[in-house]
Amino acid sequence: MALKGAEIMKMLPKTNCKECGYATCFAFAMKLVAGGAKLEDCPYLDPEVKAQLEAAMAPPIKLVTIGTGENALSIGEEEVMFRHEKTFFHEPGIAILISDKGVESEIEEKLKRINAFDFERIGQKLSINLLALCFESGDKDKFEALVKKAYETTEFALILISEDTDVLFSAAALCADRKPLVYPITNENMSAAVPKLKEFGVPAGVRGASIEALVSVTSDLKDAGIENMVLDPGSKNMVEGIQNQTLIRRAALKKGFRPLGYPTIAFPCFMYPDKFKETVAAAALMTKYAGIVVVSQADEHFILPLLVHRFNIYSDPRRPMTVEEKVYEIGNPDEKSPILITTNYALDYFIVSAAIEETNMPAYLCIKGTEGLGVMAAWTSGKFNGEAIAEFFEKYGMPDKVKHRKLIIPGVAKKLVAELEEDLPGWEIILGPLEGSDIPKFLSEEWTA
Amino acid sequence: MKYEPPLEKISENIREAVLGHGEKALKIGGENTLPFHSFEGTLPNPPGLALEILDTEPENWAPSVLEPFEDVVSDPVNWARKCVEVFGAEMLCLRLVSTDPLGKDGSPQAAAEITKKVADAVDVPLIVWGTNMDEKDAQVLTEVARVCAGKNLLLSPVSKGNYEKIAQAALEHGHAIVAQASMDANLTKELNIVLCKFFPPEKIVVDPTASALGYGLEYTFSIIEEIKQFGLADKDKMMQMPIICDFGGDCWRTKEAKENREQGILWEATTAISFLLAGANLLIFRHPEALKLIKEMVV
Ligand code: B12
Ligand code: SF4
Repeated sequence: MALKGAEIMKMLPKTNCKECGYATCFAFAMKLVAGGAKLEDCPYLDPEVKAQLEAAMAPPIKLVTIGTGENALSIGEEEVMFRHEKTFFHEPGIAILISDKGVESEIEEKLKRINAFDFERIGQKLSINLLALCFESGDKDKFEALVKKAYETTEFALILISEDTDVLFSAAALCADRKPLVYPITNENMSAAVPKLKEFGVPAGVRGASIEALVSVTSDLKDAGIENMVLDPGSKNMVEGIQNQTLIRRAALKKGFRPLGYPTIAFPCFMYPDKFKETVAAAALMTKYAGIVVVSQADEHFILPLLVHRFNIYSDPRRPMTVEEKVYEIGNPDEKSPILITTNYALDYFIVSAAIEETNMPAYLCIKGTEGLGVMAAWTSGKFNGEAIAEFFEKYGMPDKVKHRKLIIPGVAKKLVAELEEDLPGWEIILGPLEGSDIPKFLSEEWTA
Repeated sequence: MKYEPPLEKISENIREAVLGHGEKALKIGGENTLPFHSFEGTLPNPPGLALEILDTEPENWAPSVLEPFEDVVSDPVNWARKCVEVFGAEMLCLRLVSTDPLGKDGSPQAAAEITKKVADAVDVPLIVWGTNMDEKDAQVLTEVARVCAGKNLLLSPVSKGNYEKIAQAALEHGHAIVAQASMDANLTKELNIVLCKFFPPEKIVVDPTASALGYGLEYTFSIIEEIKQFGLADKDKMMQMPIICDFGGDCWRTKEAKENREQGILWEATTAISFLLAGANLLIFRHPEALKLIKEMVV
C-alpha cells in the first residue's frame, strides 16, 4: 500500500536530529517515499514502528524467487496494470510440464530436447525457465527418480507438482537447495505443509478453488510465517484465467490488498489438450499477468512464439531498442564488396547483419541513426530519406571504400529509389528484397561489383 | 481481511457498428468494458473474424498458407466462396492488390467490377482494402462504393489525405469506412473528429495499424490498448469506434512463419490473441487454421 510522506512523518521521532543525513524528519519521510533513503538510516525508530512501516511500504506485489543462481526466476513487484503506463518489470517464467507417468525413454528424450533449446533475438538469448515435474504415476520411486534426473541433468529451476503432500515434500527434500516451487499448497494440506516449507525454505505454489478461497489460504500461510507464495486461483480456461489474474493484480495494485499481493501461476497444460490452444492460452495468460505459465510442449515451434511474445510484452516501451550509427564491416570487405543500408532499430540491424553473415560474403552494412525507427517509420519522418542517407554517405566516406557505385536498400522502401537517384548522383540504387531473411538468396544470385 | 472483487464499472460504450447487409450482417463493438471482462460489464458482440482474399493471384506466399487456397487463388470469386463454404468465414476482406500504383496499377473500374462479383457471390460482410496509397485509394474506393451501392461494405483505408472523397462516397452509397491513422492515438482522434463533421460515427471503424509478433507488436499492442482506455476509462467519444487489426499478411511474411507451418499458424494466432487482449473488435486473418483456433477459444 503506497504510504504518503505525511503519514510516515507521523510515525517518525520528530526530533529533527539530522543523524539520518537529512535536515528534518519530514525530509527523511519524503525521501523514503521517493526512494533513496532506507528505514535503517534513522537510528531512533521504534522497532515496532519500523516493522509497521516496512510492511506498509513493501511493494504491493511481492517479489518471489524460484531456483538459485543464474537460472533463478524472480517474479512479482509489478507496478502497473497496463504496459503503456510504465513498463512490466519481471518476465514471467515459462515452464514445461514433465509427468512421471511417461515412458522413461520419452522423458529422457524430452529433457534432452529442452536442454538443447537455443533461441536468440536481437542479440539476446531467449530461454524457458522451469521444468514442472508432475506426480501422476502413483509410484513414489518413479517420481523421485524423475526429480533426481531433472535436478542432475538440467540447470532449470523446478516446480514440483503432487496432490500427495508426503510425496511432494519427500521430492522437495531431494532438491531443496535448488529452491523449487512446491505445488499445490491448499487449505487441506496447509498444516502439514507449513513446517516443511519452513524447513526447506522453498516458495509455496498456493491453490484455491477461487480467489476468495485463495485469500483465506494465503492469509493463514502469512500468519504462519510463510512469505514466498505464487498464486493459482484454479482457472479452468484462458478467459477465466485472464479474469482471475486481472482481479488479483487489481486488488494488489489498486486496493493494496495484501493477501493477493503475490505473483500468479497458470496452467494452460491442464486447460487444453490441444497443443495449439495451449500455446495461444499461454501467450494470452502471460500478457494478462501470469508470473509463470506451464505448458506441456517441448517442441521448439510451439516454444518460440511464446518466447518472442514474452520478449515483446516485457520490452520497455519507454526505450526503443537501438544500435550505434556506423558502418559495420562484416567479414573483411574490400573495394568490390556490396554496400547495404538499414536503420539503427536494433531488430533491423540484427536481421540484416545475420542475413549477410549467412552468405559468407564480406559486406559493408551502413547503419543510419534513425532513433530506433524501422525502415518505413524512419522514411516517413525524414530520418531515412534520400537527403539523410546522402549525408550519411558523405560523413562516413562511403565513396572511398569501394570502386563500384552500387547501394542496396530495403525492398520496402520503393519510394526511396527516386530520392536517392537524385541525392546520390552517380550511384546505382538497387532495391533489395522485401524481407531481410531473403538477403542471402538475393546477394548470391544478383550481386556483382 | 475480507476480499471484495475490485470491479470497475464503466458508464461508456464502444460504438456498435453493423457490417454487411441481410441475414449475415454482423455487429461488432458495443462493449462497456475491457476485452474478456464479462465479470464487470457487457460485451454484446464477439469479435469479428475475417479471412482475407486477394483480387490477384498471390506472389511469394509461403506454401503453408497458400495450400488451403491452392485450387482457388486464380479466381477471387471461387476463393471467396471457398472461404465461406469450406472454412466457415463469417466475414471476408478483399484486397485490391491489382490497383497498386507501384505494381500493376490496374483501373478503379476493373477493381470495382471484381469487388461487385465477389460481393454478389457471398452473403457475408465484405471489407474492401486498397493499397494504402491515398490518391489511388480515393479513386478506387469511390468507384467501388458506387458500383456496390447498398452492400454496406467496409471500405479501407481512409486517411487524413483522402477522407473527404471516400467518406462522401460511402455516405452516398451506404457503406462503412475504416479510418486509418498510423501508430498514434492523437492522430486517430483527429481523423475521427474531422470525419464526424459529416459522417455518422457508428459507421466508422478505426485502424491504428497492427503488426506481427516480433516485428513491432511491442508498439502496436500498447497503442491499441491505450486507445481503448481513452474510449472507455477516459470517456473520449472520439475514441469509441470499434478497432480493426490487419496482421495476417505481416505474420506470413516473417521468416518464422515461412519456416514451419505449425509455427506460422501460431505466429498468426498469438498475434491475434494479443490484439484481442488489447481491445480489437475485428481481425483479419490469412490462414484459416489460425482463425479457427481463435474462434474456438474466444467465441
Ligand atoms: C512499430 C511501428 C512504429 C513504431 C516504431 C517502431 C520502429 N522501430 O520503427 C512507432 C510507434 C514509433 C511508429 C511511428 C510512426 N510510424 Co510506424 N509503424 C510501425 C509498424 C506497425 C511496424 C514497423 C516495424 O517495426 N516493422 C518491423 C521492422 C523489422 O521492419 P523493417 O524495418 O521494415 O525491416 C524489415 C525489412 O524492411 C527488411 N530490411 C530492413 N532493413 C533492410 C535492409 C536491406 C538492404 C534489405 C534488403 C532489407 C531490409 O528486413 C526487416 C524484416 O524483414 C508499421 C506497420 C507495419 N505493420 O509494418 C508502421 C509504419 C511503418 N509506420 C508508419 C508511419 C506513417 C509512422 C509515423 C509517421 C506515424 C505518425 N504519423 O506519427 C510515425 C513516425 C515515427 C515518428 N515520428 O515517431 C507507416 C509508414 C507508411 C509508409 N510510408 O509506408 C507504416 C507502414 C504504417 C502504415 N501502414 O501506415 N511506427
Ligand atoms: S534520524 Fe530519525 S529522528 Fe533524526 S532527523 Fe532523521 S528521521 Fe528524524
